[in-house]
Formats: sequence, C-alpha cells, structure tokens
Amino acid sequence: MKINMFQRMIAGLMMSASLIAPTYAQDDLDNPAWFMVDDGMALWETPNGPNDVSLEECDLGLGAGVVEGAFAQLPRYFEDTNQVMDIEARILHCMETIQGRDLVDVLAKPYSNAGGPGTEMEALVAYVASESNGMELATPQDHPAEQAAYELGEQLFYFRAGPHDFSCATCHSQSNKRIRLTELANLTNDESGPVFGSWPAYRKTEGVVRTMGWRLQSCSRQQRLTQLQIGSEATTALEVFLAVNGAGAEITAPGYKR
Amino acid sequence: MAGKIRLRASLNGDVAEVKALMRHPMETGLRKGKDGNPIPAHHITEVKATVGDRTVMHAFWSGAVSQNPLIGFNVANVKEGDEIIVSYVDNKGETGEGSATIK
Ligand code: HEC
Repeated sequence: MKINMFQRMIAGLMMSASLIAPTYAQDDLDNPAWFMVDDGMALWETPNGPNDVSLEECDLGLGAGVVEGAFAQLPRYFEDTNQVMDIEARILHCMETIQGRDLVDVLAKPYSNAGGPGTEMEALVAYVASESNGMELATPQDHPAEQAAYELGEQLFYFRAGPHDFSCATCHSQSNKRIRLTELANLTNDESGPVFGSWPAYRKTEGVVRTMGWRLQSCSRQQRLTQLQIGSEATTALEVFLAVNGAGAEITAPGYKR
Repeated sequence: MAGKIRLRASLNGDVAEVKALMRHPMETGLRKGKDGNPIPAHHITEVKATVGDRTVMHAFWSGAVSQNPLIGFNVANVKEGDEIIVSYVDNKGETGEGSATIK
C-alpha cells in the first residue's frame, strides 16, 4: 500500500512535468469541446420528440439538411418565421416545428451548470458551429431585417443602464485592455471577428462548452441588467452587431477559453 | 459504455510524442453539491499506454488531476505505422480507450 502511494506521487510529479513541457501547444486535440461536437452530431441525427424524427431536415439557412457552412452565415433572416434568428433560436425552432417538441424542458435549462455535463443545446450548437470551422465569418446584411438587427444591436451595445450605468461599450470598446488577466477585445471593430468566431467554446474554468448566447447572458448579468433570453431579439441583434463587425475573420469554433 | 480518449502520436526521429485527452469528470470526492452532501469521488486511477505487447507508460492517478485531463509523454523506439493504445480505469471500474497510428 505504501509503495502504491509512493508510486502515485512519482507518477504525479512526472505528469506535471510533461504537461508544462515547452513543446506544449494549443491545438484541436487538446480541446475537450470536440467531445461535445461528437455528442451534438449524434443528437442531431437521433429521432426525438412526438414526431420521432431527427433534426437532419432542419434548415439552418442554406437549405434543409445543410449543416456545413451554415454557422458562418448566422444570425440571418428566415422567411418562414419572418425573423432574424441566431443559431440557438433556429435550433429551438426546428425542435418545435420538425420534432413537434414542447420547448418548456429545453428552455428550463438551456445551459449547464459549471462542471457539466453539457446540455443538448450546448452539444448541438458545438456541432453545428464546428461544421463551419476554418471558414470565413459571413453574416449576411442583405435583407432589411438583417440591417435593422444590426442597428438594434448597435443601439443595445451602447445603451447604458443598470445600477452602474454600464453599457457593453464600457467594457468592450477599447483595444489592448485587460480586466485582471483577461484581455478584452474591442468589439466595435474587426477585433470582434476572432472573438465571435471562437464561440461556442470550452471554458476551462467551468469544464463545459459555453455558447455565445450564454456569454451574452453572463455579460448582461455582469452589467446588472435583466437577463438576456436565449434566442431573443436582443440576443440575436447583439450577435449580428458582433458578427458583422468581425466579418471575414476565420471561424475557429469550437474555441477554448479561460 | 467505455469513455473516449482522443489521441495523437507524432514521430520525431524514433521518438513518438503522444498526447491523449480523456473525457472524465474527475470528481475528487471532496466537493459538496448544492444540497450540502458530498459528491462521490469519481476519478481515473490508472492510465496505461501500450505499443504491441510493450507497456510504454503506466501512471497512477489520484483525484488531484483536472476534469477532462490531457496527458503528454514521449515513447522511444517506435516507428511509423506502429499502433499505440491508451486506456484508463477509474475508481468505479469504468474504463476508456483510444488508439492511434504513429506518424
Ligand atoms: C462590467 C464589464 C462588462 C460588461 C458591461 C460587459 N462585459 Fe462582456 N465581458 C466582460 C468580461 C470580464 C469578459 C471576459 C470574461 C472571462 O474571460 O471570463 C467578457 C466577455 C465577453 C465576450 C467574449 C469575449 C472573448 O474574448 O471571447 C463577449 C462577446 C462579450 N463579453 C460581449 C458583451 C456584450 C454584448 C455586452 C453587453 C450586453 C457585454 N459583454 C457587457 C465584461 C463585461
């Protein structure tokens, strides 16, 4: 037993040594988000809900069943709902219309607690986004509704409110600034691209994949505002603002964050 | 159901640089849940790597390793095309495995 303990200690020491070896570099293989991508793909293809069908016929903007490249052009205007929808709103829409599901369950807990395990929504978003990995961010601004969403997003971004009179811009409109050790990009210009393109992301502080919808919800809480709702008009508009500012950036989702 | 391990082994001379990422909650057993009760320990206790019938790495872990752990190590005396298998066992007897061709 004693030897066993000793062995464990030695193994532990060697392990930490190899983990901080200088050759260690961040890459796809290191990112546990890819496990969630696998889960999301399986969920996408698995029949669910009263209609017992999968989400494979879901139209994410490039036609029914096309997942590859769809995330690069979201949020976008959808004729069938006459709305600009983000990835989460669209997935919810497909769950409801294709699978016939009551969304109460999904909406009760779209995002997981720290430590996981991840939710269906997080897995699906990770999967869909990963299918645009390496592509350019090309959020459309053709339809008047898409342009209106950008304008609304811009207004919301600069809108000061809450007990501290903060806006998103208070924390996110200067370059080369940090809060504690975290670098905060200027989201009002093209610095927004690499940021938008790296969500959803695995957060190592929480051990789960987080979506952009969650990120904005969390920031609205930091701003001491009423919580932004998943897939809502306000969430979507802010995403359009961020994505369009960052147009052309490479999508690296699923990302890896603090 | 066996857990997943993502694995890569890249050859550098006759040494393979191996990286393995395991999907595991790695609960220490020391945390308390929202209800105030301890969350039972659930963590990997042993990780093993083999090439053919050779054990090339054998580690004994405690709960003091992060969730979804990543391990990196070098394996000498291998050649392109060799298969490396990494597996784990946890304190509940659950197992995980992944394999990769060295290249
Ligand atoms: C009080 C300051 C503050 C306000 C106000 C704020 N945020 Fe944030 N935001 C942060 C911090 C801090 C982080 C990084 C958190 C971390 O790393 O855990 C962050 C992260 C982000 C990110 C991800 C950045 C990245 O590099 O991945 C986005 C996008 C974002 N915020 C958007 C917004 C939007 C949109 C609003 C307005 C609704 C907003 N934030 C309001 C402080 C703020």
